[in-house]
Amino acid sequence: MIEGFTALYIFMLAGFTGYEVISRVPVILHTPLMSGSNFVHGIVLVGAMVALGQADTTLERVIGFIGVILGAGNAVGGYVVTERMLEMFKSSKGAR
Amino acid sequence: MDSLIQLSYFVAAALFILGLKRMSSPVTARGGIVWAGAGMVVATLITFLWPQMHNFGLMTAAIAIGGGLAWYSGKKVAMTDMPQMIAIYNGMGGGAAAAIAAVELLGGEFHSRTFQVLAVVGALIGSVAFSGSMVAFAKLQGLMKKSFVFPGQQIFNLLIFGGALVIGFLLMGADHPGSSGILVFFGLALLFGVLMTLPIGGADMPVVISLYNALTGLAVAFEGFVLGNAAMIIAGTVVGSAGTLLTQLMAKAMNRSLSNVLFSGFGSAAGTSAEAGSQGVMKEIDATDAAVMMAYADKVIIVPGYGMAVAQAQHKVWELAQLLEERGVSVKFAIHPVAGRMPGHMNVLLAEAGVPYDKIYDLEEINNEFPQADVALVIGANDVVNPVARSNPDSPIYGMPILDVDKAKNVICVKRGKGKGFSGVENELFFRDNTRMLYGDGQEVASKLINEIKQL
Repeated sequence: MIEGFTALYIFMLAGFTGYEVISRVPVILHTPLMSGSNFVHGIVLVGAMVALGQADTTLERVIGFIGVILGAGNAVGGYVVTERMLEMFKSSKGAR
Repeated sequence: MDSLIQLSYFVAAALFILGLKRMSSPVTARGGIVWAGAGMVVATLITFLWPQMHNFGLMTAAIAIGGGLAWYSGKKVAMTDMPQMIAIYNGMGGGAAAAIAAVELLGGEFHSRTFQVLAVVGALIGSVAFSGSMVAFAKLQGLMKKSFVFPGQQIFNLLIFGGALVIGFLLMGADHPGSSGILVFFGLALLFGVLMTLPIGGADMPVVISLYNALTGLAVAFEGFVLGNAAMIIAGTVVGSAGTLLTQLMAKAMNRSLSNVLFSGFGSAAGTSAEAGSQGVMKEIDATDAAVMMAYADKVIIVPGYGMAVAQAQHKVWELAQLLEERGVSVKFAIHPVAGRMPGHMNVLLAEAGVPYDKIYDLEEINNEFPQADVALVIGANDVVNPVARSNPDSPIYGMPILDVDKAKNVICVKRGKGKGFSGVENELFFRDNTRMLYGDGQEVASKLINEIKQL
């Protein structure tokens, strides 16, 4: 369990990291990058799995089940479309 | 076992950050998504080992259903429809975060009040991102044509939001939150997401999708705190801050502020104020003359707009560009930041046609090259090349950065008809002395030009 100030520090450092990683990105990559970051929060799948794994009542199971479907959709869909877009970016020199 | 799980999450979080970093340069971008994908696989597989879990059958089935559907739709979708696909996948993430919160709240076992507060806040943000993204999808997909506006809308929205907040506060304080209260809370939060997105016009949708992307990240991070899952906290927060920055960059590229996008319906305010009536006549040109003009030019700059993508003309346009290059003409593509349906979308569409990215230039890079260009070929772009944005302070698009196409020696505008652009503003460029209009469908015109040039 991550608690108190440790959590707060993680939050702050991760926030700065996200900002730094994205700043100075050329416009040509805005769409793929949005798609890529959309994929990264697909990690919510992991949380939904844990929630479903600890569900006891029927209602909890149903909601957890929907949660995992949605999370898996986010992760897989985000990956597929980002990969498809980035695959097409080629230089005229043929180098990659 | 526990340290193995934590180690895997640590590796996954590192791979996400490295992957995103690589995705911020076109040279390494392809590898970036693979790295991040590897992180996702590691994190997902190791989660099956999480202690004290059951319902594995349900879990596997849900992953198969959700993953399968997303895989199929993601492979099938056309590049022009990419923005709404991103919206729907993003909404799913928000919905998943909300579902986690719902299960946790129903279970009612929180280690501390802080976690309970975070669960409720994450639920609110996740629900809004979910229903809002679904509306954004419906609008971009054309399922919902009109902007939905009624008097007192903002006050009504505020009341709904306030209601969700009040019940949210009650849930935070309750030791065992009742399921009816939880239900009403989620209902109001989802409703607010819908209401907030309804009045926003289609042109502003990319900014909104980007905002919901950031919000989903934040919701994921909050639920990560609740579950004590470091990978979720880090990935969610990184996306939250990166998404916020991306949203600002996009709003800036469109010359709008974020609050302007969220709280004013586009087009409704932009009246046709003080339009100078007759600005001269549009002069037509036929494909033969246009082909000659370009074939004997030294330098041609092609300015594609969304109209080109709708006509599916990008392959023909690239063929045309290659043909010109074989004749020794220097050809460059100039892309306005908001060409396409979202910033960078046009780059994706051109890349699909096989145009190398180093032939494509941003607004700042290319604008001072227009005066040396013999021909600027505008295909399906309108507002982004309208000189009114520089000259007329009364125009609704005044101040928006534009491509200085009018400074080229000759301008050829390929256009389907004589209509106005998305903003409804008359385009002064079409009336300039150095402008010639070439009417027709983008793909047909490009084919004709190719044939004419081949015959020269």
